[in-house]
Amino acid sequence: MSLFNIWKRKKAPSPAGALIDQGILVFANTSEVIRAESLLKTAGVPIKVMGPPPEIQSGCDLVIQFPLMRKLELLRILEENRLKPLQAVPVTGPLLKPVDLFQVKDFGRYLMVRAANMKLTVDKETRVIVNVSGGGCPDVPYLAYRLVGQTLEQAPRPRDIGHTVCGYALELAFEEMERQCSRS
Amino acid sequence: MLAVVGTIPEADFPLVAGPVELGDRGMVIQGRKIGGTRGTPALLAAACTCLETLRQPVPFGFLVGDTGLGRGSEHLYEYVTRHLGEKAFSAIAFHYILPMVDWHNRVFFALEEMKPRPLLIADAGFMYVAKMSGLAPAYDLFTPDAGEMAFLADEEAPHPFYTRGFILHEENQVPDLIARAYAHDNASRYLLVKGRIDYVADKSGILARVADPTIDALEAIGGTGDTLTGIVSALIAAGYDIVTAAIIATRVNRVAGYLAQPTPATSLQEIVDQIPGALQLILQEHQGKKEITSDLESCLR
Repeated sequence: MSLFNIWKRKKAPSPAGALIDQGILVFANTSEVIRAESLLKTAGVPIKVMGPPPEIQSGCDLVIQFPLMRKLELLRILEENRLKPLQAVPVTGPLLKPVDLFQVKDFGRYLMVRAANMKLTVDKETRVIVNVSGGGCPDVPYLAYRLVGQTLEQAPRPRDIGHTVCGYALELAFEEMERQCSRS
Repeated sequence: MLAVVGTIPEADFPLVAGPVELGDRGMVIQGRKIGGTRGTPALLAAACTCLETLRQPVPFGFLVGDTGLGRGSEHLYEYVTRHLGEKAFSAIAFHYILPMVDWHNRVFFALEEMKPRPLLIADAGFMYVAKMSGLAPAYDLFTPDAGEMAFLADEEAPHPFYTRGFILHEENQVPDLIARAYAHDNASRYLLVKGRIDYVADKSGILARVADPTIDALEAIGGTGDTLTGIVSALIAAGYDIVTAAIIATRVNRVAGYLAQPTPATSLQEIVDQIPGALQLILQEHQGKKEITSDLESCLR
C-alpha cells in the first residue's frame, strides 16, 4: 500500500496530529517558565515556549512544549532545581491522565503488578524483583537490567534512573508493588 | 533476508549495521558482542536461533546503544533513513526505539522507495510511533500485548501510559480492542496479540486463537514477547505467509516455554535455549507428521 493511498483515505492530518509525540509543561507563573526554559535548553532538550491550549485552565499564559516520551527525564531535571510544574500533559490531549488502573496477579510465591504496558514481578518471600517485562521505550531493558535481582528496598527507583514514559509507568508499578507488599 | 532495527541497552554501544552471527560467544555484530537478553537482544536471539534451524541467512542488524535518553535512537533513525535501501530484505522488524514521529515518517518515506518493499513488522517503541504517526495500516504485522492493544484501540492516546481508563486492558477484552483499533485505522494489516491466549487477527476479525500449552509464568518473564516477535519475524523472512508464521510462532514460543518449565523468576535464556527443539516439533506438527500435544511430556525426560 503506498503512502499516498494511506494518507488519502485517512482524515487530513491536523496540525495537532504532527504534535502527538509532544507534551506541555504548565507552571504557576511566568518566572517559573523562564527558569524551566533555561534549565531544559542548557540540558539540550528541544523545547518551545508557547501559549496554552484552551483546555488548560490553570497556570500562566505561557507553557513549554517538550518531547513527551522524555517526560521522566525532564521532570527529574526540574525537580533537581526545585521546579515543579502544575501539569505535564500530552499536547494533543491535555485532559488525558496517566493510567491509574493496576492489575495485580498472584502466582503464589510471586506477585506481578502491571501499570499500563509495564509489569514488575517480585518474590513475596524475599521481596527480590525477579522480572521486569513489557514496555517499548529504550530505557526499559536497561531498567530491567538494573532492577532484577535487587530487593524492593535496594533497587534503584525507576524515577531516578529512567527517562521515558515507560520508565514512569514502571515507577507507578513499583509504587503499587510496595503498597501490595506492605499489606502482606 | 531479515533486517532488525532496534536499540541495545548499553550507553556506549556504537551504531553498527551488519550480519548478526550466532557463535560460541553468543551474538556478535561487526566483531562486537551483543549482550543481554531483554529487548532487541531477546528478539535477535530468537530470530538467529530460528533462522539457523531453518537454514536461512543470518539476520542483518541495524543497532545502537540507548538507555532511554534518545540520542542513540535519533542516530539510528537517521542512519536507516539513508542506508536501508542499500540492501534487499524480505522482511524488516522494527523494535525498541524512542518514539519520534518526525523521524518515523522519514524512515517510512525511505521504506516506500524500496523495490520490492519488504514486509514490515513493528513492536515496542516503533509500533507506538507507527500508530502515533497515523500510518499503522501500512505495516504488515504488529505484535502488541493486551496493554499495548488497549493503546492501539484508543484513538486519543499518544502512548500506552495515557490509554483512557474506560478502554479496559483485560485479556478478555482483546477481541473488542482489536475491532476498535481497526475501526480507527490504528492497526497493521495483521495483528498478533500476545497473552494467555494469543490472537491472530486482521480487519475481518479473529483468524486464530492459540492457547496451548498454557504457561502462566511466561507473562511475568521479561522478553517472552520479544522472542515471539523474533520467531514470527524469522518465519516471515523465510517465506511463510503472515498468518501461518504467526500461528507457528505462538506455538513455538509456548512449547519452548513449556520445555523450560519456568517459574516467574526464570531467565529468558533458558527459554531461548529451547527454541530450536520447539521449532522442529511444531514444524513437524504443521507438516502433519506428528501430533505433538501428547509428545511434550516425553520431551522433558
